[in-house]
Order: sequence, then C-alpha cells, then structure tokens
Amino acid sequence: MKFAIQVNEGPYTHQASDSAYHFTKAVLAAGHEVFRVFFYHDGVNNATRLTTPPQDDRNIVNRWSKLAQGSELDLVVCVAAAQRRGIVDDGEAKRNGKDATNLAPGFRISGLGQLIEAGIQADRLVVFGD
Amino acid sequence: MLNIVNKSPLDRTALQACIDAATGGSILLIEDGVYAATRGNAFEAKLKAVQGSYKLFALGPDLDARGFGDRVMDGVTVVDYAGFVELVAEHKNCQSWL
Repeated sequence: MKFAIQVNEGPYTHQASDSAYHFTKAVLAAGHEVFRVFFYHDGVNNATRLTTPPQDDRNIVNRWSKLAQGSELDLVVCVAAAQRRGIVDDGEAKRNGKDATNLAPGFRISGLGQLIEAGIQADRLVVFGD
Repeated sequence: MLNIVNKSPLDRTALQACIDAATGGSILLIEDGVYAATRGNAFEAKLKAVQGSYKLFALGPDLDARGFGDRVMDGVTVVDYAGFVELVAEHKNCQSWL
C-alpha cells in the first residue's frame, strides 16, 4: 500500500515531527511504500541543516535526512512556507538574492501541487501536526 | 474512518469535536490524546459513553512516555507504531483532528 505523510509542525515543538518520523519508519518496516513526506506550515523547519540540538538529544533533522538516504524517501518542503521561514536551497537563494542556503540533505523544495499529487497517488494520507 | 486525536480532551476540544461530528468507526489516541484513555481521567465517562459507536485505540509508546502504560481504561486497545500503520491501512480513510 502507498502512504503519504504530511508534517505541519516544526521540530522540538510538541510531538508531531517525532510521531511522523516513527510512523514513517513503521510504514517502511511493514513493507509498505512511502510515496512522499510533505512538510507544510511550520513543518518546513524540519528541513534546516543548521540545527544543533544538545548531544544527548535526538537530532530530528538528521534523522529525516538519514531515513531519506536509506530508504530513498521523497521529502518535499512547501516553497511558500519555506520562503516565509527562511528555508533556502541553491535555486531559491539565487532567485531571491539570499547569501546562504540551509536545506538539509535528502529534502527538496517544491510546490503545493506535490501535496495534491501525493493525496491522489497514495492510498492513504496521514497528517501530523499541532 | 480512522479518527486520529493528538490532544488531551482536558486541554483542547479536538476529541469532543471528533465525537460530536464523526459518525462511528475508530478513534486512535496519540501524543497527549492518550490522557483520554487513562483510568479516572475527567473525560473517561464521555469516552465510555461512545464505546458502542467507536472502536477505541491508544498508542502504547505515548502512554508509556507519560507514565500511564498501566492505567489504561477498559475497552481501549493499546497498539504500537506497527499497529498504528495497520489501523491506517485497514480503514478506508483517516482524519487527524488537529
């Protein structure tokens, strides 16, 4: 079965990002396909590679990146939500005249159409948020 | 329909809204939503009252994280993340009451 997952909450806020991560891992462990994880609203903050949590705390951003690497996950960040919150890749930096980028490995910035497509293509869309 | 509730009914109205608006199926309590599934909580009677209309589930890791793993009320089935995935797969659709 194809799953899509939407994350509306940033890391280290309440629990949505953790729940979404553990759910995504369980989906993969059960042998299902994860069509896409879409980060929307404050959820785009899960995609900044500049976070430095304390060493004894989980690194939520790296955890997503690693999962993407190992399972070829499609982690998509909403472009409009990312622009508002300063989540920038090379293309966006050039387009908007920014002097730095911070998108973590394994993530890509794209539009809301990707969420709609995930809703259509996947058998189930599960939303995590505040 | 699988209704997913992640807020305590003692804090927010998500679970009450779910019970009022949804028309049966299952309710899965996750995150702070698991407080609703604990014995003796102020919302217990309201949840018991709808047990005939909904199958009730609570996420075990979130109960354990809050120290309530051994205080689950009768009629609530505790599931792990694998069970969470199964519930989503079993139901034709799911709604997160955020």
